[in-house]
Amino acid sequence: MNLIVNGERQFLEAATLADLLAALDYEGEWLATAVNGDLVHREDRADARLKEGDRVEILSPMQGG
Amino acid sequence: MLKLYDAELSSRLLLGTARYPSPAVLSEAVKRSGAGIVTVALRRETSGGKTGGAFFDLIRKLGVRILPNTAGCHSASEAVLTAKMAREVFGTSWIKLEVIGHHDSLQPDVFELVEAARILTDEGFEVFPYTTDDLVVGERLLAAGCRVLMPWCAPIGSAAGPRNPSALVAMRAAFPEIPLIVDAGLGRPSHAATVMEMGYDAVLLNTAVAGSGDPPAMAEAFAGAIDAGRLAYLSGMLEPRDMAVPSTPVIGKAVFS
Repeated sequence: MNLIVNGERQFLEAATLADLLAALDYEGEWLATAVNGDLVHREDRADARLKEGDRVEILSPMQGG
Repeated sequence: MLKLYDAELSSRLLLGTARYPSPAVLSEAVKRSGAGIVTVALRRETSGGKTGGAFFDLIRKLGVRILPNTAGCHSASEAVLTAKMAREVFGTSWIKLEVIGHHDSLQPDVFELVEAARILTDEGFEVFPYTTDDLVVGERLLAAGCRVLMPWCAPIGSAAGPRNPSALVAMRAAFPEIPLIVDAGLGRPSHAATVMEMGYDAVLLNTAVAGSGDPPAMAEAFAGAIDAGRLAYLSGMLEPRDMAVPSTPVIGKAVFS
């Protein structure tokens, strides 16, 4: 399935957002996720089914002013 | 004490966490600044979460309040989504709302800013809007639910200091009950003292400290200037006069000729 993850096109097999994070080796309570411009809460990732062409954002804390 | 929403703070300095030469220097600068609030951001994670995790650990160890920002957003919808993601990560309803409208000056897009402030307030956020010194925009932000205003005094990172002091004075007079924080454009401790003497409640610094030759020492210098400016404001400063006024009493002066 083609997905756009943090702006990069990737071909991955991931049924849910939780599967995608595991496939890409993302882990940590400090991650925030959104699919197609909508926030997906941490506890909802296992139920968030992905489909062809979805745009996924995975953000984490960074230095800022 | 400085009151921002329901928080009471002894320090009137808010410090950004970007552009320091190392994490250790950042930690030391926060400690020596005495700041009770630091700003942070959210960015795309590219290393499985490890980079963000290490930074988050460092910030949590500082024991200060976290004010996440929406830096880099150019529309209300981007800023609202970023704020929601920040609340998920940092566990705070505070958000430093930035919606940039101009690439060169990083001037806020005040139209999108007001819209984002209204949406976020409705969703339970406590919004710290990065705005201009425009009084009408300030009124609109308060009507949208903001209870703090953060005007710039010069473009972000410019170190130019107050470019329009009259407008800052007018803003202070227009919103006497609202905490006002100068956010962006300060370069030197004397700039911070100047806006604190005007009656501003606090200042938010980043580049002026992080980009200096010795960030921890500069953080301490700013803290001293902020305290001095605040105390001077509370102490009733003299207005400038055109002519001299002798400070030594004339009565009892010897007459030699």
